[in-house]
Amino acid sequence: MIYLDHNASTPVRPEVAEAMRAALAEHGANPSSMHQAGQRARAAIERARAQVAALVHATPAEVVFVSGGTEGDHLALIGAAWARRADGRRVAVSTIEHHAVHGAAEWLAELGFAIEPLACGAEGMVDPAAIDALPADTTLISLMLANNETGVLQPVAEAARRARARGMRVHCDAVQAAGKVPVDAAALDVDYLVISAHKIGGPKGVGALIVRGGAPLAPLMRGSAHERGRRGGTENVSGIVGFGIAAESVARELAAETPRLSALRARFERGLAAVAPDAVIHGVRAPRLPNTVNASFPGARSDHLLMALDAAGIAVSAGAACASGAVEPSPVLSAMGVPRALAVCALRFSFGRGTTEAGIDAACLALADAVARARAVAGAGV
Amino acid sequence: MSEPRRRVLAAMSGGVDSAVAAALLAEQGHDVTGVTLKLWCYGTSPVSPRACCTLDAVDDARAVALQMGFTHFVVDAEEVFRARVLQPFLDAYATGRTPYPCSLCNQHLKFGDLVGRMELIGAEWLVTGHYARIVAGADGGWGLHRALEDAKDQSYALALIPYATLARTRFPLGELGKDAVRDHAARLGLQVWDKPESQDLCFVPDGDYAGFMRDQLGETRGTAPGRFVELDGRTVGEHRGIARYTVGQRRGLGIAGAAPHYVIGIDAPNNTVTVGPRAALESSGLTTGMVNWLTVAPPADGARVSAQIRSTHRAAPGTLTHRESGAIEIRFDQPQSAITPGQTCAIYDGERVLGGAAIAAAVPAVPAERARAGA
Repeated sequence: MIYLDHNASTPVRPEVAEAMRAALAEHGANPSSMHQAGQRARAAIERARAQVAALVHATPAEVVFVSGGTEGDHLALIGAAWARRADGRRVAVSTIEHHAVHGAAEWLAELGFAIEPLACGAEGMVDPAAIDALPADTTLISLMLANNETGVLQPVAEAARRARARGMRVHCDAVQAAGKVPVDAAALDVDYLVISAHKIGGPKGVGALIVRGGAPLAPLMRGSAHERGRRGGTENVSGIVGFGIAAESVARELAAETPRLSALRARFERGLAAVAPDAVIHGVRAPRLPNTVNASFPGARSDHLLMALDAAGIAVSAGAACASGAVEPSPVLSAMGVPRALAVCALRFSFGRGTTEAGIDAACLALADAVARARAVAGAGV
Repeated sequence: MSEPRRRVLAAMSGGVDSAVAAALLAEQGHDVTGVTLKLWCYGTSPVSPRACCTLDAVDDARAVALQMGFTHFVVDAEEVFRARVLQPFLDAYATGRTPYPCSLCNQHLKFGDLVGRMELIGAEWLVTGHYARIVAGADGGWGLHRALEDAKDQSYALALIPYATLARTRFPLGELGKDAVRDHAARLGLQVWDKPESQDLCFVPDGDYAGFMRDQLGETRGTAPGRFVELDGRTVGEHRGIARYTVGQRRGLGIAGAAPHYVIGIDAPNNTVTVGPRAALESSGLTTGMVNWLTVAPPADGARVSAQIRSTHRAAPGTLTHRESGAIEIRFDQPQSAITPGQTCAIYDGERVLGGAAIAAAVPAVPAERARAGA
């Protein structure tokens, strides 16, 4: 199988699996316990905290381990908005955020907060100038660093500058950006930044929320004073250890991996132009992640393409999947103004560590066949 | 394995029959891809354990695929279902007919949409859990036959599927009894082995078709009250909208009288429902819409056939005559009761389905008497 779905999840790196196996074997104690066994588990977590902090240019004390991107986004949005509720009950969320952010915003709406949409343009990029026009009681804005579907990089630093000038806090979902492009929480000057282990060769079920400079945060999970009182619950020791190793590995390889992925993407897009000249690449004129191509194949529905490619051994993603697994047009493409007829023909190809030139070429060949089959099915009125 | 390994597309509703059909093919070593058609979105609340296309049904189908180690997809077919099954269902009730949506669903979804999807994965066979058999004929053609076990036979519901699909379809359950299917399910460790059988229409699990049309689809046609009339034209009461009635119905009419009343006919343009004694339900024959033939060439004029006029009817012998525009007329040897416009008429030669069509009208048993009654 040729796996081109790294934005969905990545294979666990061997050194990560090895470190986790060791952690499971060695750290049976509770990291909060006072005895030596507890202290050894605590030390393993703190090593990982430093490794994760280094990946995004934060300090270890700013790292809050959580169960993944969804929890990190919820803790940041709800925790920050709630902590600042005396200053205002309004938050601004970009229309192209991940479901995790929209879900947290839904919670806030139920709690009585107003949610302001930050719109994106045709190339999938949010216009930071809209922040200047937000009502004065807005306390928080949320803008992702790279969109998970299109890979389009967002002007987060500029948005943060404008938000700060108006006294607003800034949340940034950097789940898709981490490990693919440099992520510098300090340079971006955001208050809250979220990353996830399983997108960078780590395990599923662990992530981190970076809370910078003592930004206000009301904890959602309360209990003992885990994670400096910011997230209750006994730590996922082996997961955190694996996360740390993964963060260290991708940070070390980033300078070489980014250009390698860019070259693969260029190769794929050249192949695409050859096998499907009428394919439309979404966000093609915007700065994008080096590993992501989101393209529509007019007349070939994405669920048909997905089945055909799967049968040919190529794993990719269609639009967002609904609860029962059926395919709906992507809200991100809709927000970009992509017509429904084109949006339902979109596939996301996302490359990663295991992707090779040979894999890219094979995928292009399979794609030519899949597009022909899907168009034939559509032509038959299915 | 005696046969070469085939790539197979298996339709899986989430029920035990289609689960076993798919699992048997996988067990034989074929390369199975399971698909569950999402026809109608119920959201997340399970309306009934018997309803298919719910999230639970999808999970059940997925669990079978997981257990047997093959791929499973959910296929969004809501648009096709609405256009090809639901809309004709509504139109039929609104015009005084009683639709049989299972025929249309088989024709357009399972043996339409899914056949198209076979091309996507390069599948050679389509596999479903229907109780019917596909038999190779001496002439190189294929025939659709009744299941070996009469009580389970579903060939009636398949009478409208395209002939060309027979060559590419396999019905692994056609030779099996229901107990054998449950036994296979238990033997293979499939969790669906004791799941209840589906009874009503999958998209109206509570059986309240009129309520479903009004509440779920906002349909107002066929809901206006009107008159119950006797065969002689006398008004004997008020009906609650023609969509609530079907030919042969006795219950729920609310007409007082010594003898029981039955629905004899529905006149949509005049919004009346004709009622009468049981004897008035008898007809000597029927006419159809255009026939879907499941043979290389249609039978000759005057051919002796048998015809089944609803899913629970025992096919009755008669004589076939061709009419205009691909329609036919069947004259039964003995009058048949409650021939209902809109239902499927499946035409058989013994065990073999020759074709099928929607019933257009009943041919009156005693034309003179009915004409005098003004019905």
